[in-house]
Amino acid sequence: MEFIRSHILTLILFFPVLAAVVVLLLPKNNLKAIRWTALGMSLVPFALTVYLWTQFQSGQAGFQFEEQYAWYAALNSTLHVGVDGLSLTMVLLTTLLTPVALLASFSITDRVKAYMFLFLFLETGMLGVFLALDLLIFFVFWEIGLVPMYFLINQWGSEKGERELWKGVKIQARNYASLKFIIFTMAGSLGLLLAIQLLGVLFKTYDLAALTAQWNSLEGTVLGLPVATVKTVSFWAFVVAFAIKVPVWPFHTWLPDAHTEAPTAGSMILAGVLLKLGAYGFLRLVLPLYPAESAKYAGALAFLAVMAIVFGAFAAYGQKDFKRLVAYSSVNHMGFVLLGIAAAAKASGTLDANIALNGAVLQMFNHGLSAAGMFFLVGVLYERTHTRNLDDFGGLFPLVPVYGGILIFTSMASLGLPGLNGFVSEFLVVRGSWPILTVYTAIAMIGLLFTGAYILKGIKSVLHGPLNEHWATGEHKLTEINLREIIVMAPLMVLILVIGIYPAWILDVINKAMMMLFH
Amino acid sequence: MTWIIWLLPLPPLLAFFVIILFTNKNKALSHGIAVGAAGLSWLGSMVVFITAIGTEEFGKHIFESAINWLPTGNTWLQIGVRIDPLGAVTLFFAAWTIFMIFIYSIGYQNFGQPKGDHDRPGLPPHGATVEEHGKKHTVPSIEPMYSRFFAFLGLFAFGMYVLVVSNNLLTMFVGWEIMGLCSYLLIGFWYGKPSARNAAVKAFMTTRIGDVFMLLGIAFLYSATGSLTFTDIFKPEVLEALAAAKTPILGLSAAGLIGLLLFIGTVGKSAQWPLHVWLPDAMEGPTPVSAMIHAATMVSAGVYAAIRMFPLISLDPATMSIVAFIGAFTALFAATIAVAQNDIKRVLAYSTISQLGFMIAALGVGAYVAAAFHLVTHAFFKALLFLGSGSVIHGMEHGALHTGDHADVQDMFNMGGLRKKMPITFWTFLIGGFALSGFPVLTAGFWSKDEILADAFGHGHMAVFVTLAVAAFFTAFYTMRQITLTFFGEPRTKAAEHASETPWTMTLPLVILAVFAAGFGWVGIPEHFPALGGIVPNWFHEFVGSTLAEHPEAVEFSWIPLATSLFVALGGLGLGWLVYRNVKSPKQDFLQIPVLKNKWYFDEAYNFLFVKPAYWIAEKFTSLFMDRWLIDGILHGAARFSLFLGHFFRNYIDKPVVNELIGDGTGNLVKASGSGLRKIQAGRIQYYMVVSMVVLVIFAVLYYFLIGGM
Repeated sequence: MEFIRSHILTLILFFPVLAAVVVLLLPKNNLKAIRWTALGMSLVPFALTVYLWTQFQSGQAGFQFEEQYAWYAALNSTLHVGVDGLSLTMVLLTTLLTPVALLASFSITDRVKAYMFLFLFLETGMLGVFLALDLLIFFVFWEIGLVPMYFLINQWGSEKGERELWKGVKIQARNYASLKFIIFTMAGSLGLLLAIQLLGVLFKTYDLAALTAQWNSLEGTVLGLPVATVKTVSFWAFVVAFAIKVPVWPFHTWLPDAHTEAPTAGSMILAGVLLKLGAYGFLRLVLPLYPAESAKYAGALAFLAVMAIVFGAFAAYGQKDFKRLVAYSSVNHMGFVLLGIAAAAKASGTLDANIALNGAVLQMFNHGLSAAGMFFLVGVLYERTHTRNLDDFGGLFPLVPVYGGILIFTSMASLGLPGLNGFVSEFLVVRGSWPILTVYTAIAMIGLLFTGAYILKGIKSVLHGPLNEHWATGEHKLTEINLREIIVMAPLMVLILVIGIYPAWILDVINKAMMMLFH
Repeated sequence: MTWIIWLLPLPPLLAFFVIILFTNKNKALSHGIAVGAAGLSWLGSMVVFITAIGTEEFGKHIFESAINWLPTGNTWLQIGVRIDPLGAVTLFFAAWTIFMIFIYSIGYQNFGQPKGDHDRPGLPPHGATVEEHGKKHTVPSIEPMYSRFFAFLGLFAFGMYVLVVSNNLLTMFVGWEIMGLCSYLLIGFWYGKPSARNAAVKAFMTTRIGDVFMLLGIAFLYSATGSLTFTDIFKPEVLEALAAAKTPILGLSAAGLIGLLLFIGTVGKSAQWPLHVWLPDAMEGPTPVSAMIHAATMVSAGVYAAIRMFPLISLDPATMSIVAFIGAFTALFAATIAVAQNDIKRVLAYSTISQLGFMIAALGVGAYVAAAFHLVTHAFFKALLFLGSGSVIHGMEHGALHTGDHADVQDMFNMGGLRKKMPITFWTFLIGGFALSGFPVLTAGFWSKDEILADAFGHGHMAVFVTLAVAAFFTAFYTMRQITLTFFGEPRTKAAEHASETPWTMTLPLVILAVFAAGFGWVGIPEHFPALGGIVPNWFHEFVGSTLAEHPEAVEFSWIPLATSLFVALGGLGLGWLVYRNVKSPKQDFLQIPVLKNKWYFDEAYNFLFVKPAYWIAEKFTSLFMDRWLIDGILHGAARFSLFLGHFFRNYIDKPVVNELIGDGTGNLVKASGSGLRKIQAGRIQYYMVVSMVVLVIFAVLYYFLIGGM
């Protein structure tokens, strides 16, 4: 027990790798064993995280459960991990969504072993980013996450569909999407790597706490340039890398492709966790390392955020593909996260900023729940009908009443209906941003209005309307959502409702963390 | 006492979950749970209400309790419950109407009837064939989604109770939006009908326009005052500060702007012009839904919120003028449309919009109590009228099924003579209609409407007064038109001929509501009213008025508004009777004017101005142009450029220069020189000798010219 307590973070971090190795050793054809092993072992990090949540002292400043091991002595980089309220929330989201996504993947029949292996490996990559307190380690995990996701999209993505690049050149949609995903992120990573190297070269350490202190007190010139210039350039290097990941308008077009082509569980994790890596980067690195630059360029960030909110909503409304519609909703929702961050950057330390940050972090968690749920529900329909075209649906409600009820519930969470989780976080962001970025907040309301439009469009085109004869009888007969699928949705729905009614249990942790981080 | 208030919204919510999750297969159990839950909340509400009216100086000793909800920095945002005099009367009418509607729904959704022959979820029941005495005939069939209907009603009731008992704007907004969701679900209850699913979306989106403004207003208010609790906001020093702060928009004070933003929410929810378009379409829902939405809960909620925020809104005269204008304009505008509608429910829908306009206008002229009074009386008589119209439709359906007549059972021109077939429905509908028209003294509607007119006149708002008076005349006129066409004369179709009275579950609520529609006015008779004033104390004014910090003064009595009120009510009713008693078909109706029938073309205009452009922005501009063409185009351009660069390096640097010139080139050179030199080494002596000679000669010549010549 004492060992678990003192090594809890590394256990959470590396247990999925162990699970992946175990899965690798299982016989290839025993699908049942592979699936249940992967699911069962992925519950261990979740259980550990729940234990961690109970042991975590939310009122205590700084990082807790820190562990540090030698890693790359020549560069002075160490495997340094720790949690505060911010990373703890994200770790909880990750360890929760992974088993859910694995259970959702039970319908995969093609190369199950490789699939489960990559998925578990991916979990470690994501957790590493949230837990790292060393910039180089942060970057390593940041990149590690890309590889499994690339293969998940590329190998297990939807088989149909082509994308025309330019006249006469077409490639398979999932190749296009996976390539776009990895190249886009890598392009952002280049600047990030250079900026991290700059810090490492300057201060001979990659430790986050040490870097933050020294970097912020730096004066004079660096490499023959004024500090302000260097800081501005490296600020934007960080921002672009994270903005691509969030994704912020206009760096968002990889997202609808990647989300749409990825296998169902891949989309769940992409939307649920991977997007949060970008937002987490803003909160963990950009704001603490560049307070002055963040404040200076807060208006620009807010502008991009509002563009994402408004045009994300419009784009979602304009889709005919159900999955693409849901994918674009992520752009819309993550825009609110950035709006909150921008407001906090502009007026750091104020109560308004604190409220905006509370909203932003809670929105990250909430979007993880509702987006994962929505993608799963789209997947449930796709597995049965092999189409995502909204024009093919309509009038399905009488055929699948339980599915319909769950879809409406989850859609309403995504819409931000008061009483469910999304409302709390969006309200806090709007409340926090209003006095700081009044005009931008007001414009963002257009996006909020059209959130309603695209959500209702989804429900209307899938469920409502005259009974759909095509799916009603015969070989096309649409079957009701099954027990396994309901169990996938159950934890998400319960949390959506619980956070909507009583958000204080999680918001208290977030609030204290935000107060101590950005006082 | 506060613990009961905390618990008031819970039974319907629990009913919702229990029905959805467990009992939806069992219809009797489901409606039992729902009605029981509504009854429990009703009982609790009555206990709270009676305790409230029994409390000395209740305005100063209200029931309130709060808990921490959202941590914000070092403080908490609190939420809680509050019942003050305004809340108490709202709770009173909401509890009664909700409970009645629950009971009524049992009969309306045909409980106890057989399953339909071809009924399927998502469509209204079409009737079932039964055999009696060896003869086959068709009777109404039970609603296929009977249990679900009661679940939704429960959630709706939950939303209303949350709204009424809230002590703060945030949970009030929560209840507000939950009702919005339920109205969406209930309007689209028969989702198989394309018209119903479109109406549902239209209702949700139109009210959401108001809601996002309201959300901004809440955010603004919260930023400016640090609280959302009514008690904190309405502290004199807070209000003073808000009134003094200036904003750049329209020259309004902070109070004025916040008030305006919140009021836009009311405009959406209470279907005021220009956001009125959703309400008539909402008639697609089953009738109890119409009553629920249009009388008891949702639209009343909008006005309730505006009345609730009166201390804030009234701080800025500019905002008050806007409120008064919108209310008065809507009152008249909707009344002009109502006169030309033939659908029995649509007439009531427009009349609702118009009556809500009366309340908003009253608020705009500062008549706080009058607005609240009309809110309560209207809730009773409009719920009565909607349920009554549902009863009429139900009776007509019965006749239509029995005779196989396919006439539109909601068209008033297909009715006629129903007073004999459906006596209870007729008498109660008559009471409701007279209350709506403001029939003098006997009906509640008279007292509340008269008070609004008196207030508008007394406060010197002549334009509002005249507009409302004209609207009231129209109201009486179209009400009598409706009553005459529906109940008087002779049946004009077979369906009307064979219409029959509805079961007791439907008529009992009608009778109870009729009692309130007639009698509730007696609690608010002005003290200086001729003959009757002072016999019964003006309890309503005293009680509700004490909600405000400063008790509002009653206006001085004047004969002008009273005479106007009497004239428009009796004149309108009389004219309606005279014109329509002999009208038998729409052709004889002189009011079937296209511009009125088509609601002044607002739907068409909005479609052109907002809906189509929104589609265009979403589908063409954002999706195709911006994301696909521009952004992806740039990306693909970059990809193409990289490909070009790769190609260039491969074909113009790597291949020709590196590979061919340097790589292959060196090889080739060596090879070429090798093969060239090979010829020399042919192994023939003569050849070698010739070469030696030539070389010797060349060197000799070179030597001679270069060195020897020097």
